[in-house]
Amino acid sequence: MSPMNLRQRFYLVEVLTGLWLTAAHFFRNMGRHTARAFGRKGTSGAVTIQYPEERRPYSPRLRSLHRLVRREDGSPRCVACMMCETVCPAHCIYIVADEHPNPEIEKVPRRFDIDLGKCVFCGYCVEACPEDAIRMDTGILEFSSYSRGGMIYSKDMLLSFEPADASGRPRSPIPLPADRRA
Amino acid sequence: MLIDLGIAFGRVAFVMLFVLNVAALLGWVERKQSAIMQDRIGANRASIFGFRVLGLFHPLADTLKMLTKEDFRPARADRLLFDLAPAVSVFFALVAFASIPFGDTLRVAGRVVPLQAVTLNVGVLYVLAMLSLGVYGVMMAGWSSANNYALLGGQRAAALMISAEIAIGASIMGVVMIHGSLNLMDIVRGQGYLLWGWVPAWGIITQPLAFILFVTAGIAATKRIPFDMPEGESEIIGYFVEYSGMKFGMFLMTDMVETIVLAGLSTSLFLGGWQIPYLFAEGFHFPWGAGIALPPLLVTLLQVSAFVGKVAAVIFVLMLIRWTLPRFRYDQAMRLGWLGLFPLAIANIVLTGLVLAAWGNR
Amino acid sequence: MAHVAFFAIAAIAVASALGLILRPNAIHGALFLVVNLGSVAALYLTLGAEFLAAAQVIVYAGAIMVLFVFAIMVLIPGKEETGPDPRRGARLVAVPVGALLLLLLVIAVGGRWSGPRGPAGPSGSAGAVGRLLFTNYLFPFELTSVLLLAAMVGVLLLARRRA
Repeated sequence: MSPMNLRQRFYLVEVLTGLWLTAAHFFRNMGRHTARAFGRKGTSGAVTIQYPEERRPYSPRLRSLHRLVRREDGSPRCVACMMCETVCPAHCIYIVADEHPNPEIEKVPRRFDIDLGKCVFCGYCVEACPEDAIRMDTGILEFSSYSRGGMIYSKDMLLSFEPADASGRPRSPIPLPADRRA
Repeated sequence: MLIDLGIAFGRVAFVMLFVLNVAALLGWVERKQSAIMQDRIGANRASIFGFRVLGLFHPLADTLKMLTKEDFRPARADRLLFDLAPAVSVFFALVAFASIPFGDTLRVAGRVVPLQAVTLNVGVLYVLAMLSLGVYGVMMAGWSSANNYALLGGQRAAALMISAEIAIGASIMGVVMIHGSLNLMDIVRGQGYLLWGWVPAWGIITQPLAFILFVTAGIAATKRIPFDMPEGESEIIGYFVEYSGMKFGMFLMTDMVETIVLAGLSTSLFLGGWQIPYLFAEGFHFPWGAGIALPPLLVTLLQVSAFVGKVAAVIFVLMLIRWTLPRFRYDQAMRLGWLGLFPLAIANIVLTGLVLAAWGNR
Repeated sequence: MAHVAFFAIAAIAVASALGLILRPNAIHGALFLVVNLGSVAALYLTLGAEFLAAAQVIVYAGAIMVLFVFAIMVLIPGKEETGPDPRRGARLVAVPVGALLLLLLVIAVGGRWSGPRGPAGPSGSAGAVGRLLFTNYLFPFELTSVLLLAAMVGVLLLARRRA
């Protein structure tokens, strides 16, 4: 870093330059806010996003909360082959298999739990699934809980989610665990 | 007698309510202004029945929060001084505004009432004295907390405030010399004089150097960024580490009130106080001959609103500075105070004296 | 009215002076001294000497005592540090000296006491004090400034030697 020249060491000029910059920002943004308040369309005075109400459009490749894909009759497409449970590096998937009433389908999961407290969102389960039965396209990113138990999502919950819409906005209601609902 | 008492009460009440309300509002102004400067929106979530009103309920919510928080006192703290420190701090900041005039005289019930809380012949010195006593609140807080970090913070604050106040006193002297009075009312009246018939003789025109020195030293005396190394919100520990709840809130309030006092004082000394250019007691008299006659009450109203507007403008600039400049290092601030501001202020006094002597006393 | 104000302020002044002497805690003592200086300033105010009052507060309470408190805070860490006084003998000298001072005060004030006088006119203004300082009391004033200068040079010398 070069030593400061005389003008910089005098400080006052540099201070005024800085004040000019911030004041220009202030008045520009103030003008934009006022124009918006009077119903005029234009650039927003702020670059921030008012989060719960507004969202940044998510990429279609985003890996969000898992969901289990359903067949036409509503039953899970999953055949309980244990591929995802095996490939999962975090050991967060727990599957208990059961006989499917239809003899053409091999098995069906009786339980399919994902512990999101352990999940690392690597997406290997989606890659490994031979039936395209698990996807991470719900667009849901908010699933915090005050307890570890609240982070475990069961088969019914995972089956109830819908995929996100084109802009990445979740279409299913965001799941609130019991102890956060108060 | 009763009317006199009522008038006295009214003068004090107006100033008190003005300062306290603006101080409460300043927390909101600070958050919103910084947000808009930084392309953000700022506090807007606090709501009453779903109404958010630009986040104006946030000061209310903050106050409620502070009042209901635990009031913690360290076991080894000096109980009396620990409880007294925030009160001392905020008291001297509040009373400092008393001698700042917010308008010319007003006729009430056959009496001529000067529009300031207290009429003092040494108004300038009074404000300085109250500001210098504010140091004790800080030092008491630092010492009584029984915390070495707080003690060091208090000492940084005391050293900074003393060096700043000496520079303030020296920079004001030029203005005092021009007007030949320590009474703030006289100083403001003197600034209604027109130089060469059309330039108002505001302090910022007659004493530009003193204005810069005064504002710089004033920001240092209020311990706000860029001179906030006594406290250093984000990383250093300041003199009020051990304070919580409303006592902490009172220290915050002190900052806000001191900002208002600084704005009021610089308005009175350098920006013509309640003066509006070309507005006299009977109405406007423009230098090109035109004039508008106005009723006295309207003139007074205009003057008071001019004062309030100027104070608001100065506060805006102070906030702008606070959210623009990075913090000085401790030694840099000390060097600036003692080797920069103080000698320049002395030079300004000498220069003013020479000019006054050459021009002949007016 | 003036009497009530005088006695109230005087009571505060005397009480704080007693507090200064009697408190074992040095910081408390120093703060009591600040209160005392403030009440003396208030007494000046009741006599109409506004400039003197302001100067008293700014110079003594606002600057000198701040340095005192500052020094005490740096040098005396805790509040339970009162050991036996190493110079106990010196205290005995205080009694006759104090008595002498009291006697002087009685002689000086005695007889002429007639309660607080009213405002002493415009003589307390900044202009009057300044004029007196630069005419009648020019020599003591300059002498004082030389004394202060000597003190400052001395401090500089001491500070330089240690660095």
